[in-house]
Amino acid sequence: MEEAFTSLAGGLAVAIQPMNLLFALIGVLLGTAVGVLPGIGPALTVALLLPITFKLDPAGSIIMFAGIYYGGMYGGSTTAILINAPGESASMATALEGNLMAKAGRGGPALATAAIGSFVAGTIATLGLTLLAPYLVDIAVSFGPEDYFALMCVAFVTVSATFGDSPIRGLTSLFIGLMLGLVGIDLLSGQTRLSFGVQALYDGVEVTTLAVGLFAVGEALYVASRRHIQEERLEAIRGSLWMTREDWKRSWKPWLRGTAYGFPIGALPAGGAEIPTFLSYATERRLTKHPEDFGKGAIEGVAGPEAANNAAAAGTLVPLLTLGLPTSATAAMLLAGFQQYNLNPGPLLFAERPEVVWGLIASLFIANGMLLVLNLPLVGLWVRLLAIPQPWLYAGILVFATMGTIAANPSPVELMMLTVFGALGFLMRRFDYPIAPVIVGLILGPIAESQLRRALSISLGDPMTLLQSPISATLLAIALLALVAPFFLKGLGRFRAVED
Amino acid sequence: MAFSSQRRIDVAGLVIALVLLLLAGLVWWDMSSLQILSPYDLGPKVMPIIVSAGLTLLAVGNAVSAFRGDLPARDSLDWKPIVLVLGALACLIALIAFGGGFMIGTALLFAATSTAFGRRAFVTDLGIGAAIAAVIYLLFVKLLTLSLPAGPLERLF
Repeated sequence: MEEAFTSLAGGLAVAIQPMNLLFALIGVLLGTAVGVLPGIGPALTVALLLPITFKLDPAGSIIMFAGIYYGGMYGGSTTAILINAPGESASMATALEGNLMAKAGRGGPALATAAIGSFVAGTIATLGLTLLAPYLVDIAVSFGPEDYFALMCVAFVTVSATFGDSPIRGLTSLFIGLMLGLVGIDLLSGQTRLSFGVQALYDGVEVTTLAVGLFAVGEALYVASRRHIQEERLEAIRGSLWMTREDWKRSWKPWLRGTAYGFPIGALPAGGAEIPTFLSYATERRLTKHPEDFGKGAIEGVAGPEAANNAAAAGTLVPLLTLGLPTSATAAMLLAGFQQYNLNPGPLLFAERPEVVWGLIASLFIANGMLLVLNLPLVGLWVRLLAIPQPWLYAGILVFATMGTIAANPSPVELMMLTVFGALGFLMRRFDYPIAPVIVGLILGPIAESQLRRALSISLGDPMTLLQSPISATLLAIALLALVAPFFLKGLGRFRAVED
Repeated sequence: MAFSSQRRIDVAGLVIALVLLLLAGLVWWDMSSLQILSPYDLGPKVMPIIVSAGLTLLAVGNAVSAFRGDLPARDSLDWKPIVLVLGALACLIALIAFGGGFMIGTALLFAATSTAFGRRAFVTDLGIGAAIAAVIYLLFVKLLTLSLPAGPLERLF
């Protein structure tokens, strides 16, 4: 406990350096902006910024990336409340009651309870991260390669199969990502795989190209192709921005309960923020003293899910930082951010570069405070971003997407891959295959492979080594259970269908 | 109607399953030419074997869902904007491959995407796209010292 706070104090000294404060500020501003704008999320933004920040200081740019992550969560709620077009699945629960509140002229308090709830949840969850991280690091140190491999199997299964709409489609996405992860020169044997003699493929598939293609190009194609179907309407913010005493009274318990759902579920490698937000929504609906308000805009239905959303975002940083295990697309992009500086999140990073890890954690507290201060007074400004005409918005997104790709690697082949991944992203959206598992597969696949091969070479090729370590055997059993469960418990991931 | 109680077979789903099967075969074929360096384990072949086997199983799984009609319902589709955006991307790739620089291609991409999203002001958008491209070029090349492919327009700066 004390150790954690000493480390945090050291991190604080890093985080309050003027340059790092500036990076955090840029991060939260960018994050909020992209969170508000439909069509761009935090994962895409980090992907676009990766090549540009290559030459910057590692601690500074990682602080900025984390700011984008937190900011994106804040901004997403604004869009969800005002135009009922949640930018990401984690904001869907917020949109349910939030948009109704906005239509009923209570958009101001809805935005306020979302922002304050996010701050409360984010702060508590970051505190949880601070306290939990040292323990997990101590445990992770004793992990052998077979245990790591088994742990990654758990992450693969939970991210792709357990909580999605369809385990088969989720696993299909994952295996496409794993396949892309095979492309290029195998570092251990020096042989090329799946490159077909194309020199540009020897370095493997760039995570940024894949993420930008799937998210930016794929999303643009998808939205353009169905523009004739849906029109979005922006609700003006009416009513005071301030919450009444009654609003506070109805909000604080949902905030805490949302945090209690979000942080543990985010911290377990259980795949994202969608589950806790819907759990929180269902709980608030059941516990409320004003059941008549649900369906007309109940403030509890905004406060709880928003808190759960932000707590889960902080929670996903626990496995990411202590074990190097990304469980969402944005976490995978953050991992890519670490990797571009040859930093590998995990127990070693805590020992070798404490200033980076703890600087990041400390800056999360600061970013949270900045977001609260920026969001409430500036909400009018953010809303104006939504007035950008859709043609220009998507044209601009595509220009930045291609530009970022060319800047990372000025070759036509890279752009061809971007286009192919864009088409893939479009098809995946159309046939409802989840995107995140592809990215997690690409980035985690090679790491899992190297752990597996290390384990196998220690055991002289005997695969039973995976079952002889008690940790690894337990984790593999969990993975198997998580894989099989959705086939038997239909509806485990069907919160969406229930709530619609 | 004897068949009305059965759900229709999803042809697109079957195509997806077939593509997955082809990918599995591709991974397997590529794996078979790899050399094993250590006599004890499969080395670089382990992961391709896992991936190929997984893709095969998933091809079967996807085919089963296609036969059962389990795929989500799909809305009608407007192909024109997709062709427009992909065409503009192809132009950009060609321009960069043949030394036309990225600014012309970027302006074209901006205008084409904007048209795909329903704007009817192609020439204006071409100008806006060019202006954005110029600003980004200066920002990237002068400020961030990153290199972007240069063509006739870029050399003016």
